Amino acid sequence: MTSTPKGPRNLSGIEIRPVYGPEDVKGLDDRRDLGVPGEFPFTRGIYPTMYRGRLWTMRQFAGFGTAEESNRRYHYLLKQGNTGLSVAFDMPTLMGYDSDDARSRGEVGRCGVAIDSLADMEILFRSIPLGRVSVSMTINGPAIVLFAMYLAVAERQGVKFRDLQGTLQNDILKEYIAQKEWICPPAPSLKIVNDIIRFCVESAPRYHPVSVSGYHIREAGSTAVQELAFTLYDGLTYVKSAIDCGLKVDDFAPRLSFFFNAHNDFFEEIAKYRAARRLWAREMKSRFQPANPVSLALRFHTQTAGCALTAQQPYNNVVRVSLQGLAAVLGGTQSLHTNSLDETLALPTEKAVTIALRTQQIIAHESGVANTIDPLGGAYYVEWLTERMEAEAKAYFAKLDEMGGMVSAIERGFPQGEIHRAAVAYQKEVDARERLIVGVNAYAEPQEHRVPTLRIKGEVEKKQVQKLRQREKSRNVKKLASALGQLAGVAEANGDLMPAVIAAVKAEATVGEICEVFRRVYGRYRETVSL
Amino acid sequence: MRVRTNRPREKVKKLRVLIAKVGLDGHDRGVKIVAQALRDAGVEVIYLGIHNTPEEIAASALQEDVDAIGLSVHSAAHMTLFGEVLTLLKKKQAGDIIVFGGGIIPEEDVRSLKKMGVKEIFTPGAPLEEIVKFVRSVKITRREAQGNRQ
Repeated sequence: MTSTPKGPRNLSGIEIRPVYGPEDVKGLDDRRDLGVPGEFPFTRGIYPTMYRGRLWTMRQFAGFGTAEESNRRYHYLLKQGNTGLSVAFDMPTLMGYDSDDARSRGEVGRCGVAIDSLADMEILFRSIPLGRVSVSMTINGPAIVLFAMYLAVAERQGVKFRDLQGTLQNDILKEYIAQKEWICPPAPSLKIVNDIIRFCVESAPRYHPVSVSGYHIREAGSTAVQELAFTLYDGLTYVKSAIDCGLKVDDFAPRLSFFFNAHNDFFEEIAKYRAARRLWAREMKSRFQPANPVSLALRFHTQTAGCALTAQQPYNNVVRVSLQGLAAVLGGTQSLHTNSLDETLALPTEKAVTIALRTQQIIAHESGVANTIDPLGGAYYVEWLTERMEAEAKAYFAKLDEMGGMVSAIERGFPQGEIHRAAVAYQKEVDARERLIVGVNAYAEPQEHRVPTLRIKGEVEKKQVQKLRQREKSRNVKKLASALGQLAGVAEANGDLMPAVIAAVKAEATVGEICEVFRRVYGRYRETVSL
Repeated sequence: MRVRTNRPREKVKKLRVLIAKVGLDGHDRGVKIVAQALRDAGVEVIYLGIHNTPEEIAASALQEDVDAIGLSVHSAAHMTLFGEVLTLLKKKQAGDIIVFGGGIIPEEDVRSLKKMGVKEIFTPGAPLEEIVKFVRSVKITRREAQGNRQ
């Protein structure tokens, strides 16, 4: 994609000229292509008032160790001015294994919080009013299980499902493409996604059942254009799949949300967000003809790029994150996670995460950028780049359509291969010093700048396994077996899984036990390695 | 899933390295770039892909008779997983296979891992050139000692 560049190129390999003028945006029609904020095609933002009405949600992704430790971190974050929560689960939970599974050795509570059963989930949200705080959960393969637990906790708190806000990531397509935490093959996985969407349409209408995620695609090494194209195409795939299973587009499309990365090239990122809104609105309109304009509006969360942080001179990461966060805000994000300076080394310390949150607060309250909607709208360069990125993403759409859709493209390894090639090209540019990374291939310093890192204690795993075994002993075995048996029956009959999973978690079935039913009935996904 | 990226030639003994993700995390951007860079540098790379257990790593390493094993971990499970691989290799009298790795690993753990017997750890920002140089410095003594099974 990127050959040896003559002039500067952005991270999508697009050549950038020294100056742009009216001739570069000759084709741009203000009314047709930009519109006003809150109206089709939403290029300038999805709300008429944007941050004047309400600032973006400051939502720091967090979770480590046991449910008790993570709950303490959530209370700390809320006290510091975090306005939403975002749960990071550990690897066994993300893969649908219990803490005592042989495959979980060494992983329990390490890169997220360990959740085995409903009891853990209750501790995780202790004294957090789920009717008021919006909670985002990064969970995909086992999303239905964790969502069912969340519903059960809400019920015990006396919160009505219709008052639940928040977001379930529940984006399995990008797992096959990039993040690679899966349980079952695409077809049954998409069926589970649809069951969750249907449940939300009927019972939890303020909850976002899917967060279509480009973040992980970008972290896996894609360009900004690929992130834009594959993510939006994943979104279109979910819409089609939900319609095919009998849902009406206007019943669920207004509750879909997106999740993008904020990488280093400032204007490229801003153009990406603007192009994403316009392209989504146009494609939704032409492909599915929704009647409700909200179905055309692309809402998104942003996280600054983990892969852009450096282990060398880690304090510089604070500056990188401010620029990336600023790009997200100028691009009109609805919520934001800013990375902590120590995240190339470990999960963040409380001190590091506080600086990251303060960074957002400074952007919000001191910089003045929240006063005006889409302040870069109309800038020749930004409008030119927005158009260019939209066009390049559309070229990918045509390819994906031709391949028969995203699932068959994934089976052929197409998006995976494109991302891998882009990652290799980027690394070569960095190694050849065609792209300078401060502290890494330029301005390197011989001595290390040490920062304190968060330590997860070794006994977390032991404690969690003990807790799990104890709870398993006190369960009503008959009730449990019947709930799991019923779940298997529903899965085999291709029925609606939501009620059966809710019943199973209430019978204290573990994440591993429920996912084992899925593995047995639907099979495991195995990737064809492409190198 | 196993991908052999270079066919072994009959006469010339090539350095043979097993590259894999161990544990449950699927962050394979780095490991795939490293595997490809080593292959481009003329190393015979056996890429095992993601989601391997220490048992699977050790068994493949013996079966393929590799000179070195490169492991990637991004889930902070490195202390346990590297430790188990080293123990299994020793148990199978293959403690001479060089083990190296990379990932999100704090400095303190890098020191502990090296004490445990991990030869080198590469963290974010490590240039590919450095990794390739390290791997090429690995001696092909193992198959000479045992007779090349190929």
